[in-house]
Amino acid sequence: MTGNAHAEKQVCITGAGQSEVGRPSSKSALQLTVDACMTAITAAGLTPRDIDGITTFPGRSGDTGGFSPVGSTEAMLALGMEPTWIGASTEGHAHLGAVISAVQAIASGMCRHVLVFRTVTQAQARLRSRSSTLLGKAGQPSRVEGANQWSVPFNAISPTNMYALYAQAYFDKYGATSQQLGAIAVNARAMASKNPNAIYRKPLTLDDYMASRVISTPLRLYDCDTHIDGSTAILLSHRDAARDLKLPPIHIEAMGMAIGGLGYGLHEGDFTSLPATRAGDMLWSHTDLTPKDVDVAQIYDGFSILTLLWLEAMQLCRPGEAAAFVEGGARIGLGGELPLNTSGGQLSAGRFHGYGHTYEACLQLWGQGGERQVEGAKVCAVANGGYGYGALLLRTD
Amino acid sequence: MPEASTEARPEPKRQLPLLEPETAFFWTGGANGQLLIQQCAACGTYQHPPLPRCRACHSADVAPVAVSGRGRIATYTVNREAWLPGLKVPFVYAAVELEEQSQLYVFANILGLVEAVRIGLAVTVTFEQHEDVWLPMFEIHDDR
Repeated sequence: MTGNAHAEKQVCITGAGQSEVGRPSSKSALQLTVDACMTAITAAGLTPRDIDGITTFPGRSGDTGGFSPVGSTEAMLALGMEPTWIGASTEGHAHLGAVISAVQAIASGMCRHVLVFRTVTQAQARLRSRSSTLLGKAGQPSRVEGANQWSVPFNAISPTNMYALYAQAYFDKYGATSQQLGAIAVNARAMASKNPNAIYRKPLTLDDYMASRVISTPLRLYDCDTHIDGSTAILLSHRDAARDLKLPPIHIEAMGMAIGGLGYGLHEGDFTSLPATRAGDMLWSHTDLTPKDVDVAQIYDGFSILTLLWLEAMQLCRPGEAAAFVEGGARIGLGGELPLNTSGGQLSAGRFHGYGHTYEACLQLWGQGGERQVEGAKVCAVANGGYGYGALLLRTD
Repeated sequence: MPEASTEARPEPKRQLPLLEPETAFFWTGGANGQLLIQQCAACGTYQHPPLPRCRACHSADVAPVAVSGRGRIATYTVNREAWLPGLKVPFVYAAVELEEQSQLYVFANILGLVEAVRIGLAVTVTFEQHEDVWLPMFEIHDDR
């Protein structure tokens, strides 16, 4: 392995937990959070008082439709924790930004264990307001400022419109097709059928996909993930503190991060790749492992097109080749050369918002994948984000 | 959503941009029929959206200049979902690459026939006034 110079080499994942998934859930956001956190902590053989750091993404945000209803302080109080370190940032490399800052806190010696969680109650919120758009409270005619002013005045009020621009450019440049893109959604559903905590488990065929309504060309209904209520927690520990815990430590072999102007009206390139490419470059520069060593991949699928772009950013496919790679689904299914999004991803397991991908990676590496377990999985790639980008390469001994 | 139901309702009002010191010129240039884009006087680079300094050379000497209003469709999408009651669909949202500089993009609607839109087509700006805002829109350019 490439030395120990990088912060992530000091850190292991030692526990993980996930609440029930609901659409909506009858449990409160705080209850879902506590359920996930206690599962992660007890899986490691620890108690909340042993945990001296806590953080979340993006931090409590009030009236934003259940996007982040629970902050670190509330979780800390509810769990009876007395942490010395608490993550402060609400910006960063999207979902994995909180994991990355937790790694820094542990590697710098500020704490030994950090509980990282992410709670969403977007299904409960949707009962109060129908809005799923960038407008927030639906249709209020107040003026728009900041990044959204480059899309909202043109009635491009859904994130779907933004990623549709990428999908169309990608289709046009590489000759990719809807049938190829549809393989992402079909695979996600097949995986979800083997995941008891997935929100959508009914089989989905490519014909169903092709017959589904177009939202914003070329993206269809099943290219878009789905809002849920749920919480996920990941416990990170210093590698010296990880040795005596209950589960075999999962090593963070490498991590990568990047951010760009997408979402701020400033786009890099020709809309056929993401700044995530820089996150992939960084990740592989931190390890002697290569993309060929990856046994299973959990790749962000807020929209299916993001998975294609991330597969290329992570160098799991060459530029322009991801669509052909996933076509038909055999290569990305269980038993394929790169089983992909084995929980069902956000498309079918539900929008745990990035953290579902890391959670599933942990289950696979601990051999806890049940019916969807990838035989002998030792190395898992995780990629998160559509605006900011974070990636992890996780491995067991 | 059934398309018929979108016909009966009044179209929802577009949510307009707030006119702020750095962006007002872009949203009001249409009053004079001009697409105004920020350019750096020091290095000549155009940038959009406007920012306090040049992203390329960091000079503070940036100012709006009128550009040709011509470009090509870099990418687009046909939005078919009526996100709001009464929203008229389909419509086209596109990134237009202006002819002045590679990868200088303006986001806007493409007017005219939805079926005609393709990546690479030449387009020309036009403006739609809503209150004190002139939204840039693009039309497919007819060379004949």
